[in-house]
Amino acid sequence: MSFTLDHQLALAWLRAAAAAVEREQQRLTDLDAAIGDGDHGSNLRRGFTAVTEALAALPADAPPGELLTKAGTTLISKVGGASGPLYGSALRTAGRALPAPTADLTALAEGLRAGLTAVQKLGGAAVGDKTMVDAFEPAVAALERAAFDGFSLREAAALAAEAAQAGARATVPLEARKGRASYLGPRSVGHQDPGATSTALLFQALADATGR
Amino acid sequence: MKKLINTPETVLDDTLTGFAAAHPELTVDREARVIHRADAPRAGKVALVSGGGSGHEPLHAGFVGPGMLDAACPGEIFTSPVPDQMLAAVKAVHGGAGVVFVVKNYTGDVLNFELAAELAADEGIEVRTVLVDDDVAVKDSTWTAGRRGTGATVVVEKVAGALAERGADAAAVASVGQRANAASRSFAVALTAATVPAAGRPGFELPADEIEVGVGIHGEPGRRRERLRPAHELVAEVVATVLAEHTLSAGDEVIALVNGLGATPLHELYLVYGEVAAQLAEHGITIARNLVGNYVTSLDMAGFSLTLTKADAELLELWDAPARTPALRIG
Repeated sequence: MSFTLDHQLALAWLRAAAAAVEREQQRLTDLDAAIGDGDHGSNLRRGFTAVTEALAALPADAPPGELLTKAGTTLISKVGGASGPLYGSALRTAGRALPAPTADLTALAEGLRAGLTAVQKLGGAAVGDKTMVDAFEPAVAALERAAFDGFSLREAAALAAEAAQAGARATVPLEARKGRASYLGPRSVGHQDPGATSTALLFQALADATGR
Repeated sequence: MKKLINTPETVLDDTLTGFAAAHPELTVDREARVIHRADAPRAGKVALVSGGGSGHEPLHAGFVGPGMLDAACPGEIFTSPVPDQMLAAVKAVHGGAGVVFVVKNYTGDVLNFELAAELAADEGIEVRTVLVDDDVAVKDSTWTAGRRGTGATVVVEKVAGALAERGADAAAVASVGQRANAASRSFAVALTAATVPAAGRPGFELPADEIEVGVGIHGEPGRRRERLRPAHELVAEVVATVLAEHTLSAGDEVIALVNGLGATPLHELYLVYGEVAAQLAEHGITIARNLVGNYVTSLDMAGFSLTLTKADAELLELWDAPARTPALRIG
């Protein structure tokens, strides 16, 4: 059980994220095929495979923020589309906010809030637009609440994963206003957003990594 | 899925290998995934760079050459290329007079080209951007991602490329590109869906007698589904939809592009063009120049898009200027 985010936990988180993307690739692609262009799973898989390789080249004493930053720049260089710059900027911005060898829950929540702000600045999406923000915002809010209430990192990560999952499910009845799905207008209603779904996977990966 | 590929993962690399073999007059950097003019960089010439997801061929690599693009960056299928590619392209073709990006309006393309422009600025290279957003199937609003970039991209790359070739400065090249885009509107209809190799099956299922109206170029469904009707009626709806979002009036001249989406027989495109020409004539609109063929495709989607660009003397003169590219030769 981890109390702070250190090198080991950041590495375990990103590896768990890569494994989750690999495992859920088909599901993400199927969700994307319904309201987008059917490549979200394969694009993220290509990106996270490269992330895993890039992380292996970092020194064992690299601070957690450096791992997140490296993951972000790798995603920007390898994924393309909107998800590359968006996930890449989220991780890069969060990573830059976490320069110390260890980060407590409050620092992690602040870092991810900065990452979310970067995503919203780039993509222009707000909660309810049927995008990754619909999972990202409630997850960060859950971390912030948990930090305020004095929960452990492990408990907070579990709450954030739950909140992200609920946020992703809540995109089903929404009409998309940003991203590829917005081109379908009312026909985007009734489908879960693939970006919100992959964001929920990344927060579940954090919960899994802290639980070990 | 029935496709002439080796594996879905190697589609882009294998395509670039073939493109390089077919076009030794161009330079194909397979490592950086950039196609550029062999004579680049040309000192004092504004460099015109475009790119986007693959699957729209001949867009964009097919328009690299004298009179059009200096470089193109192909992304994975239907996926924007990455900033590293654009930066490599900029460095390969930058001739000291600045760079103009032609970017189709999709969130991913816009973000990646923005990041690339920042990287170029860090290296002291000024980049201007022409955003192409001609597809009237999407309402342009601050609450949406805005209209998509489709067929007008060809017109923008042609006229901006012609002006750049003459030695105009970057502001003028970007300006004429923006003007050509603002003068263009498009709309598309699909008879069948496209199959993304990585997905392995069509993006949507269509009964034999139904069509998707208002589709984009990424295999997603359109605005609505309708019964297939005779081409005369279908073209009437497409022409009316484009004109409703256009500023054209009787007496105007246009550049008309009847574009195949990838799996449309040329005879059907000519048939459609005949209807378009006759129906525009009824509105008092003259087609001054035309293109009929596959220029901005969507993998193996059947259907067509119509792009109308309101013409003026300058745009027509730039349209007629020489271009020597794999997919478009004029003059």
